Amino acid sequence: MRFVAIKMLVGDRAKYLGIVMGLAFASFLITEQLAIFTGLMTRTFGFITDTAIADIWVMDPKVQFVDDIKPMQDMQLYRTRGVDGVEWAVPLYKGLLKAKLENGNYQTVIVIGLDDATLIGSPPVMLKGQAADLRRSEAVIVDTVGAAGKLSKPSPVPGQKRIPLAIGDTLEINDNRASVAGICKVSRTFQSQPVIYTTYSRATTFAPKERKLLSFVLVKAKPGEDVKALASRIKAVTGLAAYTRDEFKELTIRYYMKYTGIPINFGMAVLLGFIVGTAIAGQTFYSFTLENLRHFGTLKAMGTTNKTLLGMIVLQALMVGSIGYGLGVGAATAFGKLVKDTELAFRLPWQLLVITAVAISLICVFAALLSIRKVMKLEPAIVFKT
Amino acid sequence: MTIQKNNPFPCDEETSTKAVAVHCKGITKAYGSGSETVNALNGINLEVRTGELTMLVGPSGCGKTTLISIMAGILDQDEGDCVLFGKNFKSMSDLEKTRYRGEQVGFVFQSFNLIPTLTAAENVAVPLLIRRIDRKTAVQKAGETLKNVGLGDRLNALPAQLSGGQQQRVAIARSLVHEPRLIVCDEPTSALDHETGFRIMELLQYAALCADRALVIVTHDPRIFDFADRIAKMDDGRIVDVSDSPQDMGK
Repeated sequence: MRFVAIKMLVGDRAKYLGIVMGLAFASFLITEQLAIFTGLMTRTFGFITDTAIADIWVMDPKVQFVDDIKPMQDMQLYRTRGVDGVEWAVPLYKGLLKAKLENGNYQTVIVIGLDDATLIGSPPVMLKGQAADLRRSEAVIVDTVGAAGKLSKPSPVPGQKRIPLAIGDTLEINDNRASVAGICKVSRTFQSQPVIYTTYSRATTFAPKERKLLSFVLVKAKPGEDVKALASRIKAVTGLAAYTRDEFKELTIRYYMKYTGIPINFGMAVLLGFIVGTAIAGQTFYSFTLENLRHFGTLKAMGTTNKTLLGMIVLQALMVGSIGYGLGVGAATAFGKLVKDTELAFRLPWQLLVITAVAISLICVFAALLSIRKVMKLEPAIVFKT
Repeated sequence: MTIQKNNPFPCDEETSTKAVAVHCKGITKAYGSGSETVNALNGINLEVRTGELTMLVGPSGCGKTTLISIMAGILDQDEGDCVLFGKNFKSMSDLEKTRYRGEQVGFVFQSFNLIPTLTAAENVAVPLLIRRIDRKTAVQKAGETLKNVGLGDRLNALPAQLSGGQQQRVAIARSLVHEPRLIVCDEPTSALDHETGFRIMELLQYAALCADRALVIVTHDPRIFDFADRIAKMDDGRIVDVSDSPQDMGK
């Protein structure tokens, strides 16, 4: 009877396509919105991901997320270095400063100051130049997106494309000259500001004068050391907050989830996809069943058991669900490829595919349940009614 | 269009046992409740025999369709017993009844009730598929049955591509393909013109009389009374007359 179920379904082209398109739309919307949400959330901790060399991040206990800078005194670096189990500890400056461009405009940039001696925390990928070039006088390394975008220079010929910032070009940060020594590639940031790497001492020169300028202390655990235990030890000894890489990412995500409207906005969009999918697919599937009620009644009269009819409806729901899911997820993946190199955040880990599959299954179960209830209760004597 | 001489439902009328196929005793059925109760059947006693074409006739609303629904096991009576080939529906569970129906009963409907997305052969194969016969064998047997009702050249036609008469032939083939012992027909000719209706009745009579099975037809079309072996006339939920002389009933 599987054959009859499938032919009943696909034979009614308009309804079949309606159900599949409804599910495909729901699947696409849910996957795409979740992928953008995940992409955005990933951007919030992109800097932590880029600084993968550090096992532990030490900071002021009041820090709530990676961009929430609460500077510490430099002596906290030495206290951290003194904790048992620390292989090395280096200072890191992170701050938002204004850069004056060649045309006189100002642009807010994220300045990262790396330990002068080791340059630990340097950009993950160098496109032009090397991290070691930071040791040259006034040197900074600029991220490629910022260099080609917000920091780019206007073309001398009006109407022509802007010229990306290149090695040898200069910027002015807080009345200090900065010379571009390299171009790097970093994870996109949540604020979408250009990222400029330099040494710690130069970064603190760029920054407005403050008593405390140390943003983070990056720590490497000794080989064989339990990283979580070491973080607890640093916390106990220094009174500062110390998080492992994953804990710091989690802290950052939790902040954005709790204090921004992002999850609600995306949640609404996902819910909308779910509701629209349920409404279109559920209603169309139910109407398909209603239209075929006489045929289900005929099958029942001719000896088809309720169990077989149940199997037929479940098969129909599974079929439209699988096709709709495949089309939706496929479209979302294609969308992700299309926006890969744009400002749009898009990240599609396999877990999202599972979430969408569960959502589409729920829609199908809902749609099928309505129909199953109707068919199970169907009196076969309906066949003699005209 | 001709019906093939090669009889697909062989049985010798001479040796037909004329056994009791359906025995209804004291059947009552009411619809609704309270002051809105409608008594559709008021104590029906009727026997239907194999090898016979029995017609249930009477005005609209007299209970004909309710009675064949009970005889076919698709509707439960309120009181009385209905025994089909020795088995009382009352003593069966819903599942047993459904399976028994699938084996013993064939249906022909006024509006054909063919599944529009299945071809003629696939529609005819449905009773075999219900009995879990594999699709290839089922469609093959359905094709043979369709040839025997004169539709050997329309196996792959969809119902919408067939005339009313052809659709009813497909429905008849569907009712015969699994070789049931009782065929119930509800107004099989009322959606057809006189000539086509006449041919359909010829086919039904041929199928019923050449097989050791019973055929019950509900109709209010006096033009086909001549095909009946027995006619039970109903009125107001009762059988008011049973005649072995259809010509008299026709008058």
